[in-house]
Amino acid sequence: MPDPPLLALRGVCKRYGVVEVLTDIELEIHSGQVVALLGDNGAGKSTLVKVISGVTLPERGVIEWQGRAVHIRRPHDARDLGIATVFQDLALCGNLDVVANLFLGREIRRYGFLDEMEMERRTRQLLARLTRRVPDLRGPVAALSSGQRQTVAIARSLLGEPRILLLDEPTAALGFEQTSEVLDLVDRLREHGMGVLLISHNMGDVKALADRAAVLRLGRNNGFFDVNTASQEQIISSITGATENVPRRPASREAGW
Amino acid sequence: MVKDMRGTAGATAAEDTASGTASPPPGRREAVARAVHDGVAFLRRKVRAGELGSLPVVLVLAVVWITFQSLNANFLSPRNLSNLSVDIVGTGLIAVGIVFVLLLGELDLSVGSISGLAAAVFAVLNVTNGVPEWLALIVAVLSGTAAGTVQGYSIARTRVPAFVITLAGLLTWNGIMLAILGSSGTVNLDENGLVAKLTSYYFTNDAVAYGVAALAAGAVFAVTDLDRRRRRAVGMPHRSLRAVVVRAGGIAVIAFTAAYLLNRFQGLPLALLIFLVLVAGLDILLRHTHYGRQVYAVGGSVDAARRASLNVTWVQTSVLAVSGTMAAIGGLFLASRITSVSQSSGTGVLLINAIAAAVIGGTSLFGGRGTTWTAVLGMLVIQSIASGMAITDTPPAAQFVITGGVLFAAVVIDALSRRSQEAHGRA
Repeated sequence: MPDPPLLALRGVCKRYGVVEVLTDIELEIHSGQVVALLGDNGAGKSTLVKVISGVTLPERGVIEWQGRAVHIRRPHDARDLGIATVFQDLALCGNLDVVANLFLGREIRRYGFLDEMEMERRTRQLLARLTRRVPDLRGPVAALSSGQRQTVAIARSLLGEPRILLLDEPTAALGFEQTSEVLDLVDRLREHGMGVLLISHNMGDVKALADRAAVLRLGRNNGFFDVNTASQEQIISSITGATENVPRRPASREAGW
Repeated sequence: MVKDMRGTAGATAAEDTASGTASPPPGRREAVARAVHDGVAFLRRKVRAGELGSLPVVLVLAVVWITFQSLNANFLSPRNLSNLSVDIVGTGLIAVGIVFVLLLGELDLSVGSISGLAAAVFAVLNVTNGVPEWLALIVAVLSGTAAGTVQGYSIARTRVPAFVITLAGLLTWNGIMLAILGSSGTVNLDENGLVAKLTSYYFTNDAVAYGVAALAAGAVFAVTDLDRRRRRAVGMPHRSLRAVVVRAGGIAVIAFTAAYLLNRFQGLPLALLIFLVLVAGLDILLRHTHYGRQVYAVGGSVDAARRASLNVTWVQTSVLAVSGTMAAIGGLFLASRITSVSQSSGTGVLLINAIAAAVIGGTSLFGGRGTTWTAVLGMLVIQSIASGMAITDTPPAAQFVITGGVLFAAVVIDALSRRSQEAHGRA
């Protein structure tokens, strides 16, 4: 393997009380790659995202960043490494405009006052890179379409120039056109060399966008697929549990991707 | 002059094309038509997005003024307007504090009691115990800050809705005020003292009012023009010079008209000057500083604010502290107006009027929308109705009903604009 993956999980376990939510999870994300994380409800997708983004701590297992083992104890640690997360509820302030939301908590100041011009300039630059139709930057975010809000939330996570982006169900609440807008955006991020972990229920999105798919079932890895060659049926049967692909020796399977 | 105006119009047209859509150089009529079209489109977008801003309240104010002026020609006389401008200050300052709390989507019911408490603290320290006025004044204001801080911290830590905590405060502070005033019940303030002067001093020199008006318009022009130049320098969309001139010019017209009218009575009232300076200062704090942005963010979504690692506890505590401080300052102005403090200070319709003023002015009850200027506009409406009723000998019963009707309308507009904003978002 020429390059170590940006992010790798090796044998990660997480339990809540007596319930083992994640068992020996393996996952690799390379730069310039979109990895889809698939699984039925309760398969452990959200917990995995929380582990990677530092919201919860795993009991066992190693997280490697560019081949080096790291400890992610707080959301702050993940951010410092270069891991940005867009949660499903987006966490935007509907009453504030796009610029204010992007820079919330890290406003640029000039003589002690907010430097609206500079913040708007950077917002404009960033959004121009991400999307063809830059929304009204000065209207409240509540007045934007859900797709635009998703774009704003992603743009906000990109301000810290992360290397990896975790997207939790980015298209779940979107219509057709808005979905393709967001997928376009993720595609651009990949072209810029970012690694993306895309959590989705939508096989269409996965087929259209992802390079690889990792399937979780009942807290365990249940198969890795090359999206371009694997059939939709194969992936779905792995999600539903019709086929059991629990790898005996996970590491070797990873290498075989 | 005309030639000059044409020059700027030409320049702005060029800028417009540079910054926005490329269109052939328009003739004068087309330019006007386009300006009107743009204006209407802008307004329609605002209405659809539920951002009416201060438009409804300005219309209401115009209706109120026209109605009373047609009933009694003395209503818009310099004397009455000058008195009006002083009468709005006490309750208006309290309403400014309420705006802060409303921005969080909360309600502060204790401001009336705090205003009475502060007035009582001042009166007892200064009149009864002979403490120097300046010291008594500072202690009185700080007592409001302290009361607000205690409430704010309790709200932030217990997460009990603010109206419940401040309802307890309403009773507590009122009780403490009664205890401080003691058996005498009423304390008369020094007629020539500092606090009495707050509402009785006028700058009789005409130059002061005009100077303040010029300063205000000049400052607005300087700041907006600086912003325009900075934006143009880096090729960002920016206001045209015409828009900057129109904006500053509009403020100049209002300011100089007010100055002219005030000068025809007794000059600029000190109370009005303090009020406007405080409102402008707090407006800058809210809309142009890191702190203010946090207040709006917490009012918009507490969760989002927490995720952005804002200190929500600090924001809630400080906002209630601001509201307590403003209530204390307002209480001193109210005491100044009648040069006495009694057991009824800070009770009655004061609390209702302060909240109504903020809401009528256009501050949302749902949090996150509004500015300190809404308190001024709302207070103008309320006090205009009261003053007009007094001047036309209307019974107070009608005054309550009409003010209630205006408040009702304001709340409905607020709710509808919020709903249309959400609908707009879904569309």
